[in-house]
Amino acid sequence: MTVARFWRKIPQRYNLIGTKCETCGRHFFPPRTFCPDCRRTGKIVDHKFAGFGTVVTYSVIQTEPDQFASPGPYVLAIIRLDEGPQMTSQVVCDPKDAKIGMRVRAVFRKIATDGESGIIHYGTKFVPVE
Amino acid sequence: MRDVAVIGIGCTKFGEHWERSFRDLFVEAGAIALEDAQMSGEKIDAMYVGNMSAGRFIEQEHIGALIADYAGVATRHITATRVEAACASGGLAFRQAVIAVASGMEDIVVAAGVEKMTDVEPGASTDALTGAADREWEGFVGATFPGLYAMIATDYMHKYKMTREQLAQVAVKNHYNGARNPIAQFPSEITLDTVMKSTMVAAPLRLFDCSPITDGAAAVIVAPLDRAKEFTDTPIKVLATAQASDSIALHDRRDISTLDASVAAGQRAFKMAKLTNKDIDMVEVHDCFSIAEICAIEDLGFCKKGTAGKFTADGETALGGKIPVNTSGGLKACGHPVGATGIKQVCEIVTQLRGDAGKRQVDGAKIGMTHNVGGTGATVAVHILGRL
Repeated sequence: MTVARFWRKIPQRYNLIGTKCETCGRHFFPPRTFCPDCRRTGKIVDHKFAGFGTVVTYSVIQTEPDQFASPGPYVLAIIRLDEGPQMTSQVVCDPKDAKIGMRVRAVFRKIATDGESGIIHYGTKFVPVE
Repeated sequence: MRDVAVIGIGCTKFGEHWERSFRDLFVEAGAIALEDAQMSGEKIDAMYVGNMSAGRFIEQEHIGALIADYAGVATRHITATRVEAACASGGLAFRQAVIAVASGMEDIVVAAGVEKMTDVEPGASTDALTGAADREWEGFVGATFPGLYAMIATDYMHKYKMTREQLAQVAVKNHYNGARNPIAQFPSEITLDTVMKSTMVAAPLRLFDCSPITDGAAAVIVAPLDRAKEFTDTPIKVLATAQASDSIALHDRRDISTLDASVAAGQRAFKMAKLTNKDIDMVEVHDCFSIAEICAIEDLGFCKKGTAGKFTADGETALGGKIPVNTSGGLKACGHPVGATGIKQVCEIVTQLRGDAGKRQVDGAKIGMTHNVGGTGATVAVHILGRL
């Protein structure tokens, strides 16, 4: 992955900056620049998400691709953010504790590495809300 | 629109073909299809080729021209087009061929599919397949294809209380059928234990819930129905062609364990053919993972939402059941060379409708259906075929 491809997504991936349509009020994460409901009458602006959500479904990935191999099996999940949209991320917890409906909050974490000399990818994962 | 018929089919054996190249595979499939239609290549007007990722798998793009060239028809400068929709590439190539003939633009058209997946190491093939989902917002955070379908399975099992054993019966049944199909990658029966004790890939999915990495090619030849008898005594009529789309990412779906694109494409196909699911004698569905077959038979209306686990465990989708599903062995046992799968499904239904399916023959088969999915359901192609 080139630096530019990674760099341009930093606000979204590090700080959960998504978008919102001011015409209908619908929130988008991952961000969209075109509202599917309002179409050309939509007005899209940036929106920082609060970072709280609920696990909709999950899996424990036990055959990890190399770039995600450390630190071992991980919990992949779809999380419904409190503002409405759903996103895919990881939940940092003991895989045995993962369950549907668990409350989680966003944290900044290392996601993957492009081999020994490539870019280290950072982004948003989630942890259980205590 | 003109009526369209399938007049020839050809399929390579599916498997790990270390000794054969991408070119060898599609040339073989095409030659079998031409021989089946008792036709020479000079009659072909156009070809549509389903291929997901030759760029990643063999570092070759421009597949339409390559295939026309090595099939020996490029000197006649025929129309040759590559069609891509991830794992639904083959289904869409068939649909494009049918549309070309139905419209009157072309007469004799080849729909082919090919994928050579073992020329890269397993990690690279898995990564290439991740491109069928949302690379920036799914793949980036560690979503693998087994992981995405595992999240469908978790959601489904939570909502409908299907047991792990019921889910495993999909693979047991498909291996039983695959053991009766000469082109299958895994022509061997397995037991419930084989599935339940296999390596965990992405919980709750185990190795035997997953379709394999496969090399293979398939080709079918379509023609106007009124010319079909020039080539074959047993033309198979295309009764419906349908296609539907949905969000690229699983997280944006209305319901995680319903493929709305399957529902839409299925309904469009039934409407076009003026048929219902009760008219279908057998169906090839896209079982890239066991849970995908569970969702597919519900989304196409063969059983009620939430009941497919019991329906499968009761043997209703087996040979001799209410609706035999994946008589070819499906993607699980027959193999899944992604671009070729949609065409192989058509080959299997045509074989059944001609009564040539041997030990896996569905008695009195008159009407069959194919269901080919791209990604986690962002593209679905459905076709209905019938004996005359």
